[in-house]
Amino acid sequence: MSIGQAFLGLLESHPRHGYDLKRAYDERFGQDRPLHYGQVYATLSRLLKNGLVEVDSIEPGEGPERKCYAITAAGVTDVERWLANPEKPDLYLQNTLYTKVVIALLTGRGAAEILDTQRAEHLRLMRDLTRRKTDGDLADQLICDYGLFHLEADLRWLELTAARLDELTREVRS
Amino acid sequence: MNGTTTPLLAGTGLRKTYGATPALVDATICVRAGEVLAVMGPSGSGKSTLLHCLAGIVAPDAGRIVYDGRELTAMSDRERSALRRREFGFVFQFGQLVPELTCLENVALPLRLDGLKRREAERRAAGWLDRLEVADVADKRPGEVSGGQGQRVAVARALVHQPRVVFADEPTGALDSLNGERVMRLLTRATREAGAAVVLVTHETRVAAYSDREIVVRDGTSHDAELVA
Amino acid sequence: MIARWIRDLILGARLSRAGGRDGRVRMAMTAVGVGIGVAMLLAASSIPAMLQARHDRTAARDYQMYGDTPMAKSDRTLLVTEADTEFRGITVRGRLLQPDGPHAPVPPGLATLPRPGEMVVSPALAALLSAPDGALLRPRLPDRIVGSIGDRGLAGPREYAFYLGSDQLTADSNAHRIDHFGDRNVGDAFSPMLALLIVIIFVVLLLPIGMFIAAAIRFGDERRDRRLAALRLVGADSRMVRRIAAGEALVAAGLGLLAGALFFLVGIQFVEGVTLTDISVFTSDVRPDAVFATLVALAVPAAAVGITVLAMSRAVIEPLGVVRRSGGTRRRLWWRLAPPAVGLALLYPLVGQVGRSTARANPFQVAGGAVLLLISVAVILPWLIEAVVRRLGGGGVAWQLAVRRLQLSSGTAARIVNGVAVAVAGGIALQMLFSAAAASNSIPTGQDITRAQVEAGFDRATGPAIAAEAGARFRATPGVRSVLSFAELTGTDPKAPAPSEGMAPTFPIYVADCRTLAELAAIDRCADGDAFLVARAAGDPFKGATPGPGERVRVGSVEWTVPPSARPAEPKPDSLARTASGVYATPSAAGVAALREPSVRTFLRVDQAKPDVYEYVRNTAFAIDPAMYVTVLQGTRASSQFITIQRGLFIGLVVTLLMIGASLLVSTLEQLQERRRLLAALVAVGAQRATLGWSVLWQTAVPVLLGLGLAVVAGAGLGAVLLAMVGEPVRFDWWNVSGIAGTAAAVVLVVTGLSLPVLWRLVRPDGLRTE
Repeated sequence: MSIGQAFLGLLESHPRHGYDLKRAYDERFGQDRPLHYGQVYATLSRLLKNGLVEVDSIEPGEGPERKCYAITAAGVTDVERWLANPEKPDLYLQNTLYTKVVIALLTGRGAAEILDTQRAEHLRLMRDLTRRKTDGDLADQLICDYGLFHLEADLRWLELTAARLDELTREVRS
Repeated sequence: MNGTTTPLLAGTGLRKTYGATPALVDATICVRAGEVLAVMGPSGSGKSTLLHCLAGIVAPDAGRIVYDGRELTAMSDRERSALRRREFGFVFQFGQLVPELTCLENVALPLRLDGLKRREAERRAAGWLDRLEVADVADKRPGEVSGGQGQRVAVARALVHQPRVVFADEPTGALDSLNGERVMRLLTRATREAGAAVVLVTHETRVAAYSDREIVVRDGTSHDAELVA
Repeated sequence: MIARWIRDLILGARLSRAGGRDGRVRMAMTAVGVGIGVAMLLAASSIPAMLQARHDRTAARDYQMYGDTPMAKSDRTLLVTEADTEFRGITVRGRLLQPDGPHAPVPPGLATLPRPGEMVVSPALAALLSAPDGALLRPRLPDRIVGSIGDRGLAGPREYAFYLGSDQLTADSNAHRIDHFGDRNVGDAFSPMLALLIVIIFVVLLLPIGMFIAAAIRFGDERRDRRLAALRLVGADSRMVRRIAAGEALVAAGLGLLAGALFFLVGIQFVEGVTLTDISVFTSDVRPDAVFATLVALAVPAAAVGITVLAMSRAVIEPLGVVRRSGGTRRRLWWRLAPPAVGLALLYPLVGQVGRSTARANPFQVAGGAVLLLISVAVILPWLIEAVVRRLGGGGVAWQLAVRRLQLSSGTAARIVNGVAVAVAGGIALQMLFSAAAASNSIPTGQDITRAQVEAGFDRATGPAIAAEAGARFRATPGVRSVLSFAELTGTDPKAPAPSEGMAPTFPIYVADCRTLAELAAIDRCADGDAFLVARAAGDPFKGATPGPGERVRVGSVEWTVPPSARPAEPKPDSLARTASGVYATPSAAGVAALREPSVRTFLRVDQAKPDVYEYVRNTAFAIDPAMYVTVLQGTRASSQFITIQRGLFIGLVVTLLMIGASLLVSTLEQLQERRRLLAALVAVGAQRATLGWSVLWQTAVPVLLGLGLAVVAGAGLGAVLLAMVGEPVRFDWWNVSGIAGTAAAVVLVVTGLSLPVLWRLVRPDGLRTE
């Protein structure tokens, strides 16, 4: 999953405490599955180790939740690379795709590019399926259609989401 | 697919405004011989305008369109009409068949517009109706056939004069999935056999999946990676 | 029940306002169309009052010319003579006035009589005389203008007329002595022939106007039906929808009536500026007939509702769209033959009954028969178009598109052409009737216009030498090539027994020089002083035998001895003289100079290429004698009244055709608008504008040609029946027929031409945009 990249994206606008990060993540992406603290700090320490975040300041007191994290230049590059690369078209992609779109919007990048990239990737798979379908027998056709409709549903959902978030961003920014 | 082949049809820096509404802001597109190119984008993004410009139906306000070494944007209306008559074919979403002509006569229309004798034109038209599996509606009027059949008749009409480019604007837009699939399958199969390129405007990914390549128009802007090379 | 009806009608009326821009445009088109039709109807209904007012005024200024005894001179009498002239095709009414005393009558429109050398002129003539255009007329009317003829004394506002004061008139030189203006003998009863003509004129002109109104009510039908389909979707049943449509039509018709009244009131303000064939009309004369106007006000809304309901019964409006009951069943011919059959049955008993002197035919029977025969054009045409178009094929793309379209909806085409066809059929029938009337009223001059193009003449109390004098003055006129001028006198045989009818047999005496006499009779040799005698031949209009040499005869008040040296001569077959027989004398023959009261007749050959040559001739004539007549000769001369009516009718027909053309244009444009997407798609496919233009032309031309063909047949049939009714031989005037049919065809061409720019605009690729 992409909790790490999501954290990086959330940190890009301004440094945050670990606890802040968890709350922001849960609000936007957690739905009914909030992150465990363990997951939060494991991810953060992995990011620290890879040099993608750094500790900005430490407030007096005990515990890791007192540390304030900031994104590094390497971290920004990592987010960019992540956003630019399409996900492998797969079923039940929505978590990752959604996260990507939100992060892109939050960090001031357009959701359209993500969408276009992802669509191209989806289309590549859909073309394969279409080709198989046109050459194949009825069973092939049915199976391929199943895949095609699901992929199409993904894209349509994504497109709708992006359009709505675009609207939202405009509202927020105006 | 490599970028070195010269495109058959290319538009660069296209701009078109209807009244105060900009339809195309800066569109670039290229079509290579024999390829099926999907033009995608949300409704109102300028897809259809781009198609109309490329096909020489609409003259863009700015930009260049080159077809087979000839600059479309410099041609007279008469020359462009002749080009559309001989080298291009068209399939639209609806309203393209002449309601008072029979399906056969509709298909024969492009040939007759180009001066072919009626008998010969209708002989060839009948062949195409057969290839698109609608030979049985030849003597019916468009109002008497189903949407899918009508659309296949339209495809036959777009191909009857063996054009080098077929422009299809939402060809399945008014059809259900099954008929849409059938029209797309027949359209792409027939054009591939004939070696014609297809410019396929659609907002449906499943329809676009019949293409070899796609470009996306957004707010009147499109970039074609192939042309940058 | 009634309440529901009213509720639905009101709903329709309200919807008509809520129809959006589309609905308002439709409403405006219908209102304007109906308005034009209503205005025409009102104008037509004003014609009787207009004619009556005109007739009253002209009768009031005329005077009784034929009395049993000449009127005695008194201080209440006036001498008057005609001095009409013509200027570049304009008729100028002129009268010379000379009062015998202070209480002489004053013509209407004048305050006082003009003194000698003074003129009172109509406003139109005053304007012409002061304009540069009138310079050539001025020599004829050089006198001082002292006043203007009031409206009361004019037939119409643009009439050219003058009264000139004189002191040269005498009661025996063609002037009349009268003691009052106003001719009570001017009959106002129409002759049966004229009555028949007027009934037919009304039918012919009003029927197409009615059809035009019907077409106007159906403007934008198809779009309305689509709007109504939306109402069906939300639960209106088909009857409600019909009533709602009727409500809409009612509003449109009401607006149309208002528009018509407005057009009429505005239009008649301009009527005074218009002159048709010398006739102009005062605004105050245009008063619609009250009964007829009421009838129009009631009939138009009723027709609007009727037509709408009828039209909608043929289209089924479903919630999801409109299904037209067309195709499928072919039109049947048999019942369409009923109207012509009944029409003929009505007219046939009248054949030979409308003699010119017998009682008039029942106008309702005539009108009913004529209406049915004309209507049958509209009834048969849809069948004919369908039957012909079904068999058409072949041809190019444009032709194919047109033919197929007609095959699919020949009803629309028929509806459009019906008006034209009915108008043309009526026009042809009328023209046939008129040609016959004109032929029986035309005067064959029997004269060779290569020998003379102008005849002029006057009467004078002086001796016959005046003829030579007049000839000399014409010879000096620019553009005149040769002149033949002679004096004609009438001699009576004093020995002849007093005839019971009161008129003694007379013979003519022609006085002219030798050269001229040689043109009138076959004379071998001639010297001044000679005289010749041509014996009376059978058929001469003069009853008297030519006297022998030395015989004493009476010429007016003078006794004259035919010169004993007079030699016999032979008549000349192509003589310009009125009769071949008579006495031919040179001016110096014995006693000729003493003769009095000759009629001078002058024949001129002129250079017709010279502009205004006739005006120069008229100026000379006027200078010789203001009362001189000048006639431009023609092979035959139709009676001018008929020419006027014929021209008026033709103009009425053209106006009617133009109106129908306008409705044709509207429906063509509507059709194009509806097909705009298809047209754009065709252009995308590479169809050229010319192809589409031709297809529009064919689509109109084919029904129009069929319609015109049917109209010619029906018109000729009606014309033949009408001619048979008045007992005239049936003649078919191809020239008139082609004139009318050609005008109709031209109207259609113009309409197509006008619709092309819209077609070009529609096929602009914007048409492909779905937004």
